[in-house]
Amino acid sequence: MNTKRERSEVSLSLSGGRLAVATAGAPVAVPPGAAAPASRRSRSRLRWRPLGLVSAAYLVALTVASLSAGWWAPIDPERQDLAHALAGPSAAHWLGTDRLGRDVLIRLLLGGRITLVSVVEAVVVFAVLGIGLGVVSGYFGGWVDRTIGWLSDLLLALPGIIVLLMVLSVFPGETLATMVVLGVISCPLLLRVTRGVTMAVRQELYVRAARLSGLTPLRVMWRHILPRLAGPIIVQVFLFAATAVLVQGALSFLGLSAPETQGPSWGNMVGEAAAVTGQDGWLAVPTGGIIALTVLALGLLGDAVHDAAVDRTRSAAALPTRPARPAGPRHGSSPTAPPGPAQHPALLSVRGLTVAFDLPGGPLTAVRDVSFDVSPGECIGIVGESGSGKTVTARSLLGLLPPHGRVTGGCARFDGLDLTALPERQLRAVRGSRIALINQEPMSGLDPSFRVGSQLAEVVRRHRHVGRAQARAKAVELLATVRLPEPEQVARRYPHELSGGMAQRVSIALALAGDPALLIADEPTTALDVTIQAEILALLRDLRSRLGTAVILVTHDWGVLADVCDRAVVMYAGEVVEQAAVTDLYRAPRHPYTQLLLRANPHVAPVGDALPTIAGTVPAPSEWPAGCRFRPRCPYAEDVCGSQAIPLVDVGSDRTTRCIRSEQVGTR
Amino acid sequence: MTHGQFLLEVRDLVVHYGHGRRRAPTTAVDEVSLCIAAGQTVALVGASGSGKSTVGNAVLGLTPAASGTVTFAGEDITHAPPGRRRALTRDIQAVFQDPYGSLNPSRTIRQTLVEPLLAHRGVEPVPARAAVSEALRSVGLTEDVADRYPAEFSGGQRQRVAIARALMVRPRLIVCDEPTSALDLSIQAQVLNLLRQLQRDRGVSYLFITHDLAIVRHIAHRIVVLRRGRVVETGTTGQVCEAPEHPYTRALLAAAPVPDPVAQRARREAYEAAAVQR
Amino acid sequence: MLRAALRWLLSSAALLFVVTALTFVLVSLAPGDAAKAILSNQSSTYSPEQYQQMRHLLGIDQPLPAQYWHWLGNLLHGSLGTDLFSGQSITDALGERIGPSLSITLGTVLLSGVVGTGLGVLSARRAGLVGRIVDAAALAGFAVPNFWLALLLVELLALKLTVFPPGGYVPLGASVTGWLHSLVLPVATLSAGGVAFVAKQTRDAMTQVLSAEFVTMLRARGLSTRSIVIRHALRNAAGPVVTVLGLLLVSLLSGAVVIESFFSIPGLGQQAAYASGTHDLPMITGVAFCFTVLVVAANLLVDLSYRWLNPKVGDA
Repeated sequence: MNTKRERSEVSLSLSGGRLAVATAGAPVAVPPGAAAPASRRSRSRLRWRPLGLVSAAYLVALTVASLSAGWWAPIDPERQDLAHALAGPSAAHWLGTDRLGRDVLIRLLLGGRITLVSVVEAVVVFAVLGIGLGVVSGYFGGWVDRTIGWLSDLLLALPGIIVLLMVLSVFPGETLATMVVLGVISCPLLLRVTRGVTMAVRQELYVRAARLSGLTPLRVMWRHILPRLAGPIIVQVFLFAATAVLVQGALSFLGLSAPETQGPSWGNMVGEAAAVTGQDGWLAVPTGGIIALTVLALGLLGDAVHDAAVDRTRSAAALPTRPARPAGPRHGSSPTAPPGPAQHPALLSVRGLTVAFDLPGGPLTAVRDVSFDVSPGECIGIVGESGSGKTVTARSLLGLLPPHGRVTGGCARFDGLDLTALPERQLRAVRGSRIALINQEPMSGLDPSFRVGSQLAEVVRRHRHVGRAQARAKAVELLATVRLPEPEQVARRYPHELSGGMAQRVSIALALAGDPALLIADEPTTALDVTIQAEILALLRDLRSRLGTAVILVTHDWGVLADVCDRAVVMYAGEVVEQAAVTDLYRAPRHPYTQLLLRANPHVAPVGDALPTIAGTVPAPSEWPAGCRFRPRCPYAEDVCGSQAIPLVDVGSDRTTRCIRSEQVGTR
Repeated sequence: MTHGQFLLEVRDLVVHYGHGRRRAPTTAVDEVSLCIAAGQTVALVGASGSGKSTVGNAVLGLTPAASGTVTFAGEDITHAPPGRRRALTRDIQAVFQDPYGSLNPSRTIRQTLVEPLLAHRGVEPVPARAAVSEALRSVGLTEDVADRYPAEFSGGQRQRVAIARALMVRPRLIVCDEPTSALDLSIQAQVLNLLRQLQRDRGVSYLFITHDLAIVRHIAHRIVVLRRGRVVETGTTGQVCEAPEHPYTRALLAAAPVPDPVAQRARREAYEAAAVQR
Repeated sequence: MLRAALRWLLSSAALLFVVTALTFVLVSLAPGDAAKAILSNQSSTYSPEQYQQMRHLLGIDQPLPAQYWHWLGNLLHGSLGTDLFSGQSITDALGERIGPSLSITLGTVLLSGVVGTGLGVLSARRAGLVGRIVDAAALAGFAVPNFWLALLLVELLALKLTVFPPGGYVPLGASVTGWLHSLVLPVATLSAGGVAFVAKQTRDAMTQVLSAEFVTMLRARGLSTRSIVIRHALRNAAGPVVTVLGLLLVSLLSGAVVIESFFSIPGLGQQAAYASGTHDLPMITGVAFCFTVLVVAANLLVDLSYRWLNPKVGDA
């Protein structure tokens, strides 16, 4: 309800008209195996890293020089030399002189002291209040959170500059007081970020697990929450430090804080330059430039430190990514075109399909040499575990691979076109109108900002040349086709107002809008309850018989496969390991993986004994063994299985298997 | 009514959700009762939104009960204060569904496993190092994994680590919230076997929360079926799976497709015929 | 809905109360008072009697709570009191000054919104060069102190090239072209940061939305890139962008004081800086009150558009 909280993902610090911004929100966890989303940010950050070092060096040098300038300065900063007033850079005065002929460089270094002290003061107040209150607010929630939230909203609504001006009228020229107040009135920015991340981290299962391990709240915060806050806090603190430099500069430029009578400061030196505009342009360059440089260095350093901190905590968690290249060179098509079992003209014919992801260590093949056919009206099931490459295979047919993924070999013939070689524009003509896609999470596949009816109507108009009113009517008709009760009423709802089952019906309706000949359903029922799943599967069967649409059903559930598919393509570790009509497959599997997996299925395994298992784990793509990829887990394996890539062999009656010992399967 | 009989007793538990000031609270769990004897497994089965995880959270003290009681080893822990709750974690542990989320990615396996010991320092005489290696061994992992990070492990291995964490303090009850539903089929059986073996060896009890009736047959002694926060059926695993009495239980059993095209066709026809009658 | 409105009213009133009360306390803490300031303006010496008399005249001899109570009473009658020095009604004085301030502020928000959103969308669509340029520009826009940028712009465009006036403000009523002319430099100065800021936020929001699953599904349904980017992605990224514009507006309202004073624009900020130097309590309180009202209005605007843009918030 509190929209201010909802908006807290963006925060900024304000003062003197300057803006600094940081986005909160916990780093998005990328499940291993899933291709990491293209990270344009990480790329630009990597480029900044040397700049981060330069920034750090500059800031250290500036600090040392400023603090020590009083001792070693060869020129008295107050010594006037009216004969050489307003001079440009020279050997005697590296950065020139001001209108009283005083050396600009020495005065800038001395003026840096007041800036440094101001920044440290403001940042300490800002960080202590912001982090402390933010963590407490986010961790405990309830009335604590509401009270702190109200206070921070109040502080944020205070007109910042007015407060500072009033403070300055109470303590004329006092920089210290001003900076403490600046820290206080700005702390809600850090507070909101900290609170948001804390709340997000608090929901993490591992925090819950730590609490259930018996750790006290303080320990949980210290061990699990604070480390995760490091990234966002660093960004905010450095941005605020930069803001403090600017605010201090602005106030002293106006002569309100650190006026000239108290000695040089960066702000009042720009003020001097402003007083002589028209007479001399040079003085403005070093005086304002040093502020800009310092702010820039703080910003860059913050970025670099943040990256280092985040990298450390997420070292191996996410797949490293590299910028996507435009579709790279492709190998000659169809490396090992296996015997195609199709006797009738296939609607879709996939041969030797190979997909790779471009990673920093070189391309990583995720799917290798996949071949299968789909006849008109047929339902093919692609079945496999996570990481087997079934989803990548399905999505590559529509050219919808995640970033960095590309088809590196093979072809997919459909309507006389090779889908893998089509340019984006022509693919767009195929998508939705000839081949449609249904995804796993029905809700995440719908645009949350538009009503169901308007989303449907848009797709209808894309594929049929009809007017608005007709498209609207067609949309409602489609909702009725997927057996949604009260379709007119559903059309007026937003996606978040639908249940999971309804949302999946809507996304099926969206897929049907272009009258496709082929429907690719990617785990369409995995996110649903069994009873809802039964309804959706019934709907799919029903649509097939009514509309004659061919279906590729991607699933990990052997029950779903048995329920709706005519033929099955079994995938393991990026390869097709077996392919057969479902009745044959279940009656007599010809690949050890299929056989063992069916045996381990809790539906069929006898109750009482230990469940039959397959030893070991599914290997990650980078660890796929040479030769047969199932060999390390296979009870039938022999030395020969590891020596060469195993081809798909035809084992009669329209079925193939990628096993050279297929006659043995079933004997152990 | 004696309390010595059961390790965990939940009586007429009611849990409300939505403590917002604007919305009336909705009842997530409505008068749920169940009992778990020592060394037994009770499965709590239901669709999403049935309140099954809420019951687990109430037992763990993560969600406050509006009414009813939760009794553990004869002690009423329904409204145990935070300090007592923390002490109870010695006896009651949890394993969650998502093995990726339940381990802190920036902490080594050892750092994670030591946490329960930190909380109960002085209670455990075994040095931490030995305790870690013993726990890892008991879940089928070797000690050399202890200094690696969760990202280096597969889902099944992480779930073993999560189970090892629960075992660090020799609990008497483990609440397993969908412990295998994020795992691949070929791994699921391994984890289920592990849980059963641990029960045989240590006599630990499980409150096993799942949506999957197929795996329940292999792990549970008793089944409690939940629908919209209410218990619709309860009984031994054999009774509930072979001769379900409540139509909802029957629908749940019939709706899950079996991995056999011929048998599935027959089941589907029966299910659809039943649906027409409903 | 009614409850939300009521809650908004209450919290806004509370905020106004806190801000004005705080102003009273702070000003009373300041050394010296208005009586002293007025008397020393008139002559270099004055007797204690004169001083007491002046204090009585101004009403500042009463205890602080009484003064505040009096001020609140006036507020209920729509009056913010009178300027201690000129005797002018503060409502009128602020009325004169709100025009210039709003002109600069809204001009900057408009320019930053249009240019920043455009650049942000462009750089989200094209990685590589455009993205990096926006990155660098955002950093530069943030780092350059605006009073310095103003100085450089005046030096170049007003004094060397004499294209624009170096300062001053022409009311809209007096001359439309003069008004626009006088706004160019201040708005350009403030927009340098604003554009960069909005562009970066837009790009981040767009990048995030474009990698969402529903965008892949929109592509799978054969929609054109144009429709996906403009109709769907921008609409979903609009929430954060509007939020950022609101923050920009609020920060400009109070932050323009430096620029107003640099360009000698008779705005609210300038008035605030002046009044705080002279202990003109009614004027300071009036300015603080006026700022707070503007901030509350800006936040309301953002909240309403956020609700409108995000169907989920509306019925939560």
